[in-house]
Amino acid sequence: MFHTYLIKYGEIGVKGKNRYVFEDALSGRILERLENVSGEFSVSKEQGRIYVHCAGSFIHEEVVEALQNVFGIVGICPVMVCDEDDPDSIGKAVVEFLAQSYETHDQSFKIIARRARKSYPMPSMELNAIVGGAVLDAYPEMSVDVHEPQIPVHVEIRDQIYIYSKIIPGPGGMPVGTNGRAMLLLSGGIDSPVAGYMIAKRGVRIDAVYFHAPPYTSERAKQKVIDLAKRVSDFAGKMRVHVVNFTDVQLRIYERCPHDELTIIMRRYMMKIAEHFAARDGALALITGESLGQVASQTIQSLAVTNAACTMPVFRPLIGFDKQDIVDISLKIGTYETSILPYEDCCTIFVAKHPVTKPLLHIIERSEKKLGEDFDELVKTAIETAETVEV
Amino acid sequence: MEQSEIYFDNSATTCCTKQVADLVMECMLEDYGNPSSRHMKGVEAEKRVKTAREQIAAALHASEKEIYYTSGGTESDNWAIWGSVTAQHRRGNHLITTSVEHPAILEPMKELERQGYRVTYLPVDEYGRIRPEDLEKALDDETIFVSIMSVNNELGTIQPVEECARLVKAFDERILFHTDAVQAFGKIPMSTRGSRVDMISVSGHKIHAPKGIGFLYVRDGVRINPFMRGGGQQKGMRSGTDNVPGIAGLGQASADICRDIEKQGAYLASLRDRLRDGLSSMEDVRINTPTDGAAPHILNASFSGVRSEVLLHALEDRGIYVSAGSACLSNKKQAVSHVLRAVGMSARHAESAVRFSFGTMNTPEEVDICLEALGQIVPMLRRYTRH
Repeated sequence: MFHTYLIKYGEIGVKGKNRYVFEDALSGRILERLENVSGEFSVSKEQGRIYVHCAGSFIHEEVVEALQNVFGIVGICPVMVCDEDDPDSIGKAVVEFLAQSYETHDQSFKIIARRARKSYPMPSMELNAIVGGAVLDAYPEMSVDVHEPQIPVHVEIRDQIYIYSKIIPGPGGMPVGTNGRAMLLLSGGIDSPVAGYMIAKRGVRIDAVYFHAPPYTSERAKQKVIDLAKRVSDFAGKMRVHVVNFTDVQLRIYERCPHDELTIIMRRYMMKIAEHFAARDGALALITGESLGQVASQTIQSLAVTNAACTMPVFRPLIGFDKQDIVDISLKIGTYETSILPYEDCCTIFVAKHPVTKPLLHIIERSEKKLGEDFDELVKTAIETAETVEV
Repeated sequence: MEQSEIYFDNSATTCCTKQVADLVMECMLEDYGNPSSRHMKGVEAEKRVKTAREQIAAALHASEKEIYYTSGGTESDNWAIWGSVTAQHRRGNHLITTSVEHPAILEPMKELERQGYRVTYLPVDEYGRIRPEDLEKALDDETIFVSIMSVNNELGTIQPVEECARLVKAFDERILFHTDAVQAFGKIPMSTRGSRVDMISVSGHKIHAPKGIGFLYVRDGVRINPFMRGGGQQKGMRSGTDNVPGIAGLGQASADICRDIEKQGAYLASLRDRLRDGLSSMEDVRINTPTDGAAPHILNASFSGVRSEVLLHALEDRGIYVSAGSACLSNKKQAVSHVLRAVGMSARHAESAVRFSFGTMNTPEEVDICLEALGQIVPMLRRYTRH
């Protein structure tokens, strides 16, 4: 097979003078992602193109799968590279390319030559005709269709000649690291990993906070969240997961506050703690998996009260999604199977039968006053004793 | 803080003894041959297999030819059922078991029901014990197979297996009688001499042997069909290359655990009773294991108002390992064990049921440490009951 992939990228092509920043980030993310794939890989940039070169014992499918996880890539084209650049050699090369790429040879095709090297002596149209003729000679059952060819064969004249026809779709988005950092509130559920994925796809480097409540939540629940973070990091790159021991904070809220307000108050403190880690890690926003109206703590009133607990912007990429839409994405990105493992998480242990659905900020704040003067100490201890896991 | 481990989950699995582990190691590094090979390496391995068979047969007062090695309790149970039913299906289509069996019995039974067999699941009393008169009533002309466990794995309750076997055989000699003795072997005295039981399932890892090995005792003269077919090992009854390390370990463990079974049983019972006495002075603790007719190594208790999984993790924090009687499934419906449901336990008690199970490696001091921990943890957890 071929040893080179042409990487097509969409949005980052239009970023003007910052373009190199995006290209460098994309190259970097590609190399990072290929670290765990067998084979030797290098990335080169030339004239608005990024190429991945493979050597050693690599497997085509593995490379493509890895590249399909790199945000910023719109298409992956397996490319044949040849050195001989006279029209007859190019014709032969295209015939060989078709032999290797397709099992049958009765389709319609079109040669699309492009001269990035302007000094090439022959105009593109003329080259198209010569190469097309060579294909027809080799495969009499193939036919030319310049409007809707089944196989559009691209021939790019650069330092070398690049031939490709297939475009394998990439995930789109922007390379992680080009849009700053944000802090994800990660639970063991279905939603938050998807939320993290979606924001990472916009080029944001993410870290996560997980609230652990031993002995109410088990070691397995924690491992589950780490596993989810690992899966998200397949797309989002390396992540730090801050595991916060939330038990004492939660128990104090339970003891002092009205039980129908437990969840909302708990979530406010989660936001505050997450904001603390965000500031420390240089993140400028928080990310949650909230979806409007999904549960009591996600009504518009609850979100407003939760939101008032922090000053950073809170990204809620799933806000307008139906549950099934979220499930579909989690299935696609491979977090669903882990998310549905039945371990208790800290949001579910002290749930009231009828939590408030229309909380008012001043009432919630009044309840929070009952938490006691030393409550800030509990929060501080939770922050200080957090364990950070790198995935 | 450095803390030692207290392992009170010996009904889930046990630690191998050093002696057993050494023996297993020898069979992996030295006598690693295939017992079916004709050469010397094969003969050495075959000797290991034979020695183990002698040890196991002696432990049950059985004959060597009645012992078949399997991969463990689940395979033994499955084989006993399928092997009997396929050999007997011309005679009838009715099977009897209890409602408190291990899933390795219940799941194959359910599958047979889907295939058109009739299965009677005998009810149990509050301690999980069946009544022989219920069995008697359930027997009919179509009955071909009866399986009743020896000791219940969650409660420790001993079933009247011998009485049931006699009753079944008195009704019809041809009905095959099986018992799952995974929690009984090595814990309560068992003998095939004078017994009317046809088949006995045993698992190695519950008696300080490795995981992945067990056996099925099949009384001489009882005909069941093989389940695993292949190279014809074990007289064609259970094909597959003998798991020599596991077998050697199982033999040694069987010999060790049955040598002083009375003494070891008394020791385990002393640990259990120490815990029982300690718990009886705690508020709102209900002992679910019967005082009489229970295996010596299991004590099941409910700590009202404390969900068992939370208590489990809180004990775990102090290095004490126990088992939850019921598995909590997130905030969804509580999945209470079928055993606790069958004994008619209230949801409140079932949700807070914890199983302590002992091994001879445990000590009275460990029981005391556990009691002290419970005395601290339980009142603390009760302050935060979910409602």
